[in-house]
Amino acid sequence: MTSADNLQAFKREGRIVVVGASLAGLRAAEALREEGFTGSLTMIGDELGEPYDRPPLSKQVLTGWVPAENTKLPRRREVDAEWLLGVPASGLDLATNHVRLADGREVPFDRVLISTGVRGRPWFVESEAALDGVFVVRTREHAAGLQRALAAGPSRVLVIGAGFTGSEIASICRERDIPVTVAELAPAPLVGALGAMIGEVAADMQRAHGVDLRCGVKVTRLEGDAQGRLRRAHFDDGSTIDTDVAVVALGGVRNTDWLQGSGLAAGVWGIACDTGCRALDLNGLVTDDVFAAGDVARCPNPIYEYRLISLEHWANAVEQAEVAAHNMVSGQADRWPHLSIPRFWSIQFGVNIKSVGVPTFADEVVVTQGSVPDHRFVAAYGYRGRVTAAVSFNNAKWLDHYQALIETAAPSPPPCPAPDQPADAKPVPVDFPGPTLLAQGATVVVTGHDPSERRVTAAYQHR
Amino acid sequence: MTTTETPSTLQRILDYSSRADPYPLYAELRRTPVARQEDGSYVVSTYREITDLLHNPHLSSDTRNLSHPTAGAEEQATPAFINLDPPAHDRLRRMTMRHFGPPHTPGLVTGMEDDLTGIVGSLIDDLAGKEQIDLVDDFAYPFPVTVICRLLGVPHEDEPRFHLWVDDVVNAIDYNPKTDPKEKLEKGIQARNELRRYLGGLVDQRHGRPGGEDLLARLANDDGPDGRMTDEEIVATANLLLIAGHETTVNLITNGMLTLLRHPQVLQRLRHEPDLVVPLTEELLRYEPPVHIIPWRAAYSDITVADTVIPKSSRIMLMLASGSRDPNRFHEPDRFDPDRRDNQHLGFGSGIHLCFGGPLARRETQIALTELARRLDRPRLVADPPPYRRSPVLRGPVHLHIEQGDGY
Repeated sequence: MTSADNLQAFKREGRIVVVGASLAGLRAAEALREEGFTGSLTMIGDELGEPYDRPPLSKQVLTGWVPAENTKLPRRREVDAEWLLGVPASGLDLATNHVRLADGREVPFDRVLISTGVRGRPWFVESEAALDGVFVVRTREHAAGLQRALAAGPSRVLVIGAGFTGSEIASICRERDIPVTVAELAPAPLVGALGAMIGEVAADMQRAHGVDLRCGVKVTRLEGDAQGRLRRAHFDDGSTIDTDVAVVALGGVRNTDWLQGSGLAAGVWGIACDTGCRALDLNGLVTDDVFAAGDVARCPNPIYEYRLISLEHWANAVEQAEVAAHNMVSGQADRWPHLSIPRFWSIQFGVNIKSVGVPTFADEVVVTQGSVPDHRFVAAYGYRGRVTAAVSFNNAKWLDHYQALIETAAPSPPPCPAPDQPADAKPVPVDFPGPTLLAQGATVVVTGHDPSERRVTAAYQHR
Repeated sequence: MTTTETPSTLQRILDYSSRADPYPLYAELRRTPVARQEDGSYVVSTYREITDLLHNPHLSSDTRNLSHPTAGAEEQATPAFINLDPPAHDRLRRMTMRHFGPPHTPGLVTGMEDDLTGIVGSLIDDLAGKEQIDLVDDFAYPFPVTVICRLLGVPHEDEPRFHLWVDDVVNAIDYNPKTDPKEKLEKGIQARNELRRYLGGLVDQRHGRPGGEDLLARLANDDGPDGRMTDEEIVATANLLLIAGHETTVNLITNGMLTLLRHPQVLQRLRHEPDLVVPLTEELLRYEPPVHIIPWRAAYSDITVADTVIPKSSRIMLMLASGSRDPNRFHEPDRFDPDRRDNQHLGFGSGIHLCFGGPLARRETQIALTELARRLDRPRLVADPPPYRRSPVLRGPVHLHIEQGDGY
């Protein structure tokens, strides 16, 4: 795809395969057509049915307000694609440029976009995960199932993991007046994403709404009855609770297993790529015809010292998909870098939480506006004296300002007083849980001595 | 000194002679995105700089933060939320929004659909067979006024009284001590007091009568998480909504009809594609917005924008209509394009003071323009440009004479 003629021919009659037909895949397909790609487009997805929106699955669907099947993503335009749905991809052959499907079919391509996303991390004991009443929430079917279980009026719900999804589900339970216990290994909810100071606020919110919040504990066992129904949960402090619904909200697992042996830099951390969304191979070299976007992509961000960052954010999936699509049908000189500042939002316990930047990339945090006790404030995160992120609780309209501070590497803490600055605004250490909570272990082995022979091979973990 | 100076671009914009077409002057102004004026105030005219400022927590809406409070800026013991900063602003706006929009009152504007259509329908019925129409007096003014009166619970028969008050209040907003007679300001202050007294009377009537449907009754009897507004706060809020409900939508509808008459092919399209009115209204808010200028905000502390440091306590004027015509943000900004995409205009402002009544104004305008396009009989402009109101801030025609039918 080097000459302009080749590129024109590719745009006219090339073959593009998109593996992963959810938000990023759909938006990429639409953007490809918008860019004038008229060749063949194949969408591969492991779920049946049209692409749908996931944020409502832990919110409006669980309250019963929006039926799970009404979450279909709005279409921006016709994509005129062949949809191969209900069968996952099982392999990628870059020697012959084919995607292999689990049923044995092979789909040829000139360029491929990988947007396989993540799946919910399952409960670690398979037999316990299979109990009636144990849920993860990732797909529409999951959400519909949990909604039915909540509607049946359980005596108590146990939420395992107090990240965003777990906290949102706990909030829904309280909204439905269902007793709920939240178990979190870290010292407070949301700590892994937003640090200790915000974690304390989140803990206050949960307790104020009647959540039985237990931090620093681990669920060790889910116990069922003879009929295979969940009855009880055991904690590592020796205590137990009786419960008939447990929601496992322990984050996601990136869907990269099918890329084993493909030669791509893909693993538990995602698929490494450049800012142009081109995947890296195992050696860290940029490939030409393989692109990645969405939750599964791991992309360097120049604002954060070029660190590779993967984001499970709605807006990131859309923006990255558009950049990937553009680059798939553009020459080298016209390529775009994916440089957007991450943003995400959550709604829980009546509070709109919104974030801009990367809060984990910080050493201090300061409340710059509003009042923490009222749960209405903005906090700015700084790393070595510059602003790197901000989080708002019921105060989202200010975040564009903080985005500008991040983009211009403005000094942290931001110096000037604002009308509603809290009287005692002082930076505090951001205090994230240590790396042991987040580490994934070694994944590659380097071989060879001469520069022409140095190569990386994958070291897959067995667990 | 007695030297004659060339008037600044801003002075020429404020001068009435440029009211019909201020846009070339806005382009001139944008050459200096942040321009310091002789009196020490700053004029900001480019899209990026305006939005940066509107999201900047160091920009204050409270006149008490100005080093030289301007004559037109209301200085009052109980300002309305438009003239307050957080947290006071947030509290009052939140308490009012509880009764106006989601999440607590999600269906209010949609629930008014039949009402809006009914008022528009009967006003247009009255135009049938009339060959000469003044769109302002016959339609664009009475429509939103009727709506805001019903919403607030202001008896419609009192309308002629407060029409005069509102006129005087609005006239004084852009009071210029150098050129305007002092009487203009005094009349404004007097009208404001009378209007507040009048609204205070309405609030009194509603105390102790929970269950009332209108906004005044709901505010007077609210028991939400923020408690209850004081009577002074309710009056200040009602005053704000009443004036905003009077003086802005009328311009949007009139500017809209004027623009359609200047683009007959779009008017023709609208007759057959009623859905066009949604993007068309957004384009109007960009191309011919009802509010052109935020006449003052204050720098709460030093603010840096576009490499300029605006010192603390400076007055800042934001040229919204200029920002919406900024070629660095909008492709072919001087073209009226109802199919425009990515149209994040400044017609309703931005940030925490984003127009409170925007959703209602949108729907009013959409219904009004759809029905006018559908039912007027070959409408033609009598004079182009039409005569304009004095104000450079709330800019729009004072009359819009249209003839329809076979004419003479």
